[in-house]
Amino acid sequence: MTRRVVITGIGVRTPGGNGVKAFWELLTSGRTATRRISLFDPSPYRSQVAAEADFDPVHEGLSPREIRRMDRATQFAVVCARDAIRDSGLEFEEFDPARVGVSLGSAVAAATSLEQEYLVLSDGGREWLMDHGSLSPHMFDYLVPSVMPAEVAWTVAAEGPVTMVSNGCTSGIDSVGHAVQLVREGSADVMLAGASDTPITPIVVACFDAIKATTSRNDDPEHASRPFDKSRNGFVLAEGAAMFVLEEYEHARRRGAHVYAEISGYATRCNAYHMTGLKTDGREMAEAIRTALDEARIDGTAIDYINAHGSGTKQNDRHETAAYKRSLGEHARRAPISSIKSMVGHSLGAIGSIEIAASALAIENGVIPPTANLHERDPECDLDYVPLTAREQRLGTVLTVGSGFGGFQSAMILRDVASVTT
Amino acid sequence: MSKMTIDDLRRILISCAGESEGDRLSGDILDEEFELLGYDSLALMETVAAVGSEFGVRIEDEQIADLRTPRDVLDLVNDAIAQPN
Amino acid sequence: MNETADMRTYVTGIGLLAPNGLGLERYWEATLEGRTGIDTLSRFDVSRYPVRLAGEIDGFDAAEHLPSRLLPQTDVSTRYALVAADWALADAKIDQDAYTDYEMGVVTSNASGGFEFTHREFDKLWTKGPETVSVYESFAWFYAVNTGQISIRHKLRGPSSALVAEQAGGLDAIGHARRTIKRGTPMVVTGGVDSALDPWGWVSQISSGRLSTATDPHRAYLPFDTHARGYVPGEGGAMLVLEAAHAARARTAPRIHGEIAGYATTFDPPAGSTRPPGLRRAAELALADAGVRPADVDVVFADACGVPELDRAEAQAISAVFGERGVPVTAPKALTGRLYSGGGPVDVATALLSIRDGVIPPTGGTTEVPEDYGIDLVRAVPRSGPVSTALVLARGRWGFNAAVVVRAVPEETA
Repeated sequence: MTRRVVITGIGVRTPGGNGVKAFWELLTSGRTATRRISLFDPSPYRSQVAAEADFDPVHEGLSPREIRRMDRATQFAVVCARDAIRDSGLEFEEFDPARVGVSLGSAVAAATSLEQEYLVLSDGGREWLMDHGSLSPHMFDYLVPSVMPAEVAWTVAAEGPVTMVSNGCTSGIDSVGHAVQLVREGSADVMLAGASDTPITPIVVACFDAIKATTSRNDDPEHASRPFDKSRNGFVLAEGAAMFVLEEYEHARRRGAHVYAEISGYATRCNAYHMTGLKTDGREMAEAIRTALDEARIDGTAIDYINAHGSGTKQNDRHETAAYKRSLGEHARRAPISSIKSMVGHSLGAIGSIEIAASALAIENGVIPPTANLHERDPECDLDYVPLTAREQRLGTVLTVGSGFGGFQSAMILRDVASVTT
Repeated sequence: MSKMTIDDLRRILISCAGESEGDRLSGDILDEEFELLGYDSLALMETVAAVGSEFGVRIEDEQIADLRTPRDVLDLVNDAIAQPN
Repeated sequence: MNETADMRTYVTGIGLLAPNGLGLERYWEATLEGRTGIDTLSRFDVSRYPVRLAGEIDGFDAAEHLPSRLLPQTDVSTRYALVAADWALADAKIDQDAYTDYEMGVVTSNASGGFEFTHREFDKLWTKGPETVSVYESFAWFYAVNTGQISIRHKLRGPSSALVAEQAGGLDAIGHARRTIKRGTPMVVTGGVDSALDPWGWVSQISSGRLSTATDPHRAYLPFDTHARGYVPGEGGAMLVLEAAHAARARTAPRIHGEIAGYATTFDPPAGSTRPPGLRRAAELALADAGVRPADVDVVFADACGVPELDRAEAQAISAVFGERGVPVTAPKALTGRLYSGGGPVDVATALLSIRDGVIPPTGGTTEVPEDYGIDLVRAVPRSGPVSTALVLARGRWGFNAAVVVRAVPEETA
């Protein structure tokens, strides 16, 4: 018998969304959380807009030692993990720790702390030969970011499989997909899975400036993230995290847990084309979607809503529109599609998990979050992107996708467990 | 500022994006398309950024998409050098 | 095997770059002869630092191996990874039409990303301004870079991933590649490579507090020795071609190096817990996964951190599984330094060579092992004798444990 995997706990920290409630209110309101960068002076940079989270580690209950030790992205992950654990109602103390694991995604991991330490060690960049006298004892934790899943594991004393999945911008969907595989194969019964990235730091802003992937719409930060809109000109960098308690279905059912959704299909493919470029045909993303549908044993017509990657770059939005048509055929024209990046920006490795949270909440509440700032569709993006206003609709099955540098293309299927007869 | 020559461009291309396959850079490349020389948009972006800082010329994002051949780059840079403002 | 396909996982290609040998055979020769790759780090002036020795790769000219177009966009670690993958695929001799693009994946491990590359870009940002940062920085740095670049270079479009778990990550990558094969992708390129030997990478490694400050290259990294005083960091790693047994047989793969027969990973309890560390359980789970009894194991390739309390903990785990002096234990990494994500894959490759040649390589300069460690450590000279099953162990800082069981594949059953 196949083991099924369900989400029984969610924790999120996003721009405008500290916690599930605020996050869902933001998404369904169609408001945006993008603004001029305040974490540092962005004036020397091409793109000066970002979606920042108002995150206060002290208010979040982290101890001074934890705050000193952990990079910002780790803090986000740990806080979200604690939320998800509480939400799941699972008593981890009563559970065999060997059956609990962690799968954490992050693209640029400790970028914030790396940059801070760099400036100290190199005297503002003046010294190539760095001074070890001013070395932080935590520098190694920033060099090798697997401390992030370790910190999450320590929140519940997990002793099962613990790993970090770092697949760039699909990390957040792939880390959860990885955890699903571990529960299905029996390597764990419960996984803390999700992703965190806090990349709003000069080096990351500069590297996306260089490649002109981020928006230059600096004069209108609130409306800078415009997936599928004709006037879109790049993504808006963001930070955030989402963590889940994933549980084997029978286990969750026996203890009467609240189940948000089942993760019934997942697949990833590489385009083997270019580290940053996408072919226009969407071939590999379409293959990932088809494979995920096969794994979920459903037909494409079962998809009630597509939670898009929708980054708002010229090439991405066309690429994925092509992928939907290629994989779902005529149904691509009927299925509502939306990008929450229009509201919370693109938090690199974290966003895939944040989008899984949005997909699960969409199923839970029967509401499709809109694509904000979508006033005039790109003629080459000719599907139903749910512009501006949320839509109430009962959702049985949701597809969420991700696409990222390195050529990664991933797809995941979530479904309403209540609607499934077993 | 002196004018930019095809040899300058060749040197910057190699340093920013490597040699093209099959030594195609050594011949008359003025009107060869970058794509056919084996350079993608990323290679061109890196090259244009280096050209811009070496020759003190600002090349706008929108202009990069129109640069198809080495001649396009030389014309753009040398026009800008000739008419500073 | 006529009812269901033979889903065992075979190693059919190996590419390896180590500080004591570029290429599998040169590395193996040096390892058996006890030639160390550890020396004073030459990348920059290390005289001001408390740690000066490293396992540094010498004589590697990337331009000899890779197209010029790839050089400006890659960190040294990615160049190693690309060359290791090239060599592994060449060793496996996979025809263009053996598999479709979606039937081939890439799973690599990475601990520190393209660190030297990113150090230079940080310098450009902070001394010359944002507009001087390279377009390549957006992907030359991140941990998925080697998976992406290998995928592109060889047109491998199947399920792919990048994992990070410090020194345990390389075995996790191999384990996940095997999982990917069992789930239906017949061929996966896997392994790990790391390098962080620029000044920033160097001081970052020093901050771990576990590096040896010794200055004699032959006495600096002495795992399990009474004089152990930390480890020496190195660079390099290995890539393997893994194939489903049925697929390797179908294409008549020229060489089966062996089987990845078992894998498991565990995590240590938090500091202060009364529960035992997880290495023993990882080893037991991997043996169970392979269907192998401890008595069937001919050699253990140890994690061998070289930090006394960690060596003691590992010796206890090994004794608990195999009994006191119940199995030969070795740590050829004493000649290369610890390679982070490259460490596990190099050990797996070394285990396969042990099986091929019937010889267990020694543990570098280690001479005196504390009696109470209770392990039979192979020292000074190689130990000859048939080897058919090996257990490879790795631990990553903060509590990661991984174990892989490598097994001989008798020719008639391949």
